[in-house]
Amino acid sequence: MARREKLSGNEAVSIAMKQINPDVVAAYPITPSTEVPQYFSTYAANGEVDTEFVPVESEHSAMSACIGAQAAGGRAMTATSAQGLALMWEMLYIASAYRLPVTLAAVNRALSGPINIHNDHSDTMGARDSGWIQIYSEDCQEAYDNFIQAVKIGEHPDVMLPVMDCYDGFITSHKVENIEIMEDEEVKAFVGKYNPPYHLMNKEKPMSMGPLSLPFYYFEQKRQQAEAMKTSIKAILEVAAEFEKVTGRKYGLFEEYRMDDAEVAIVILNSTAGTAKDVVDMLRDNGIKAGLIKIRVYRPFPVEQIAQALSKCKAVAVLDKADSLNGAGGPVFTDVTSAMFGRVDGVKVINYIYGLGGRDVTTDNIKEVYDNLQEIAKTGKVKEVYNYLGVREV
Amino acid sequence: MSYNLKEWAKRPERFTGGHRLCAGCGASPVMRTLMRALKPEDHAVVSAATSCVEVSSFLYPYTAWEDSFIHSAFENVAATISGAQANYVAKKRKGEDVPNTKFIAVAGDGGTYDIGLQALSGAMERGHDMVYVCYDNGAYMNTGIQRSSSTPQNAATSTTPAGTVIPGKSQPKKDLTLIIMGHNIPYVAQTLPLSNFKDMSEKCEKALYTPGAAFLNILAPCPRGWRYETHRLMEMCKLAVETCVWPMYEIIEGKLTLNYIPKEKLPVEVYLKEQGRFSHMFAKGNEHLIEEYQAQVDKDWQLLQNLNEMK
Repeated sequence: MARREKLSGNEAVSIAMKQINPDVVAAYPITPSTEVPQYFSTYAANGEVDTEFVPVESEHSAMSACIGAQAAGGRAMTATSAQGLALMWEMLYIASAYRLPVTLAAVNRALSGPINIHNDHSDTMGARDSGWIQIYSEDCQEAYDNFIQAVKIGEHPDVMLPVMDCYDGFITSHKVENIEIMEDEEVKAFVGKYNPPYHLMNKEKPMSMGPLSLPFYYFEQKRQQAEAMKTSIKAILEVAAEFEKVTGRKYGLFEEYRMDDAEVAIVILNSTAGTAKDVVDMLRDNGIKAGLIKIRVYRPFPVEQIAQALSKCKAVAVLDKADSLNGAGGPVFTDVTSAMFGRVDGVKVINYIYGLGGRDVTTDNIKEVYDNLQEIAKTGKVKEVYNYLGVREV
Repeated sequence: MSYNLKEWAKRPERFTGGHRLCAGCGASPVMRTLMRALKPEDHAVVSAATSCVEVSSFLYPYTAWEDSFIHSAFENVAATISGAQANYVAKKRKGEDVPNTKFIAVAGDGGTYDIGLQALSGAMERGHDMVYVCYDNGAYMNTGIQRSSSTPQNAATSTTPAGTVIPGKSQPKKDLTLIIMGHNIPYVAQTLPLSNFKDMSEKCEKALYTPGAAFLNILAPCPRGWRYETHRLMEMCKLAVETCVWPMYEIIEGKLTLNYIPKEKLPVEVYLKEQGRFSHMFAKGNEHLIEEYQAQVDKDWQLLQNLNEMK
């Protein structure tokens, strides 16, 4: 039976790690993810896990060690934020190309520069095309639940891809919530044993991994990787259904909040969804048909499902907690509009960049977005597609 | 067990022929000797940094490695292998049935002295039960002979050409082996392919079977970068030892022992003049370059002799 506990996001994720009892955790400290390896090293020091904890000398080595461990047939995990994820960049691509289901707690923090320790999504957004499955978590419960599901998704035989569980630095990583924790045995049974068909420790069937692969083979290898990402949607939903059976908590590709007859909607990720849902409720109380979509699975991007979910709206705002600095809009905006193109006609879609470097986002800010959407829905006119929310402009 | 070349030669070839290393390359005998030093019953996981050895030994879909092998990137071979080794420890702790396995990292000097130094230092300090083998050819040979911090002073490379103003690489070679000595690991050694390979074979064996982290720095001449005729590989090695350019020594639990002291230390000219990369040093007016090189070799040799006597 599940038990309720007051836990921070980081503590909840470290407990998930403990319950999974992986073979290797290799990590390097960086705010705000540091607590995860800190808690975990205590479990290791007290013999509560069998895991070999490797306190590496950099995040690049953390991901490299996870690759080595996973290639050797083990289950490997790490946690990081911002610069740490950036330093792992090279290895993120290699982990996914080698089809190694490493699990990463990505505690979202703004990328330098200037240096800033607070939350936005510029770190994981930069890694969105590294071949990792990306799952975004609104609160501590989701961070915990998604971390456990991540292991099973990544190791699914049709998938074999690394997975990052992204949750907001400080807002989710350090806030304490009363959440439901599975029993250790339930987690162990849920994730099962990792038995990859090929690995380096098989003396009878030794293998070479990571070749020089020239034009005659490389393209097919990437094509297979792309296919795994595309078909992982099915595995993600299968794992969610199994998870629901055990816990009663339902997960999909994204959460639709009061979308049934919504005319104006925002698309958003992670903790700000909570603030925005409050605004939706307030608007609904005033008879305004407002809704919200909170993306859970951002990679693979559920293009058809997102387009379908937004097809009945008159006006949609995509909120990005990262700017692409491309003169065109944020990453989620670009993906949502691409998904809608050719699938859905007549919906006006605008973009807001918000909360960079941990700038607080209030219900008033979100209200401002819905006000604009109502105006667009009424007039059919969009003044500006690419907008900023809560920034001082001189 | 005393060393016997004939016996060693009968051991199974675990780094097989068909790889694409150049004729006259020092890395190939190094890899073959290293893999021969494994007990036949032991499994090995070898990780190579991006390097000549890596691209020549594992060109998809062919591999020269009879054991398990992984390449992930350039600067992280020590971290990659330490992850594999950590997994081995965890599996044993869990009571799983795992074969007796040795963990080996292989990299060139670029991947070791330069870009891989941080990961190497980390893995050595953490004390993983592994062997890190640097095959040192003194430049980035794989990308076309660019200088590394292992390139000897005054050598011409494609990024330190022998110019009219700057005559090759300005700085002396970094002493990596002694840097690793500072990591308090149980076994550190410097060797090279020489005569009957006794020194290199025994050191590979010791490194593999000393519990904890071990480091081998092995000189591996490169005919392309050094510019010598391919059949003269073994002569290059012999001269490197007789001139004390590449002394053979080992450091066991912090105590350094010189394994060979030439009766008559040859002048560096005999080593330099055989290699095209040093040819500009013999041009008229460049005599000071040879003197400079000799002075550095003398200084390094003196330091090793002092450390040798300290035991």
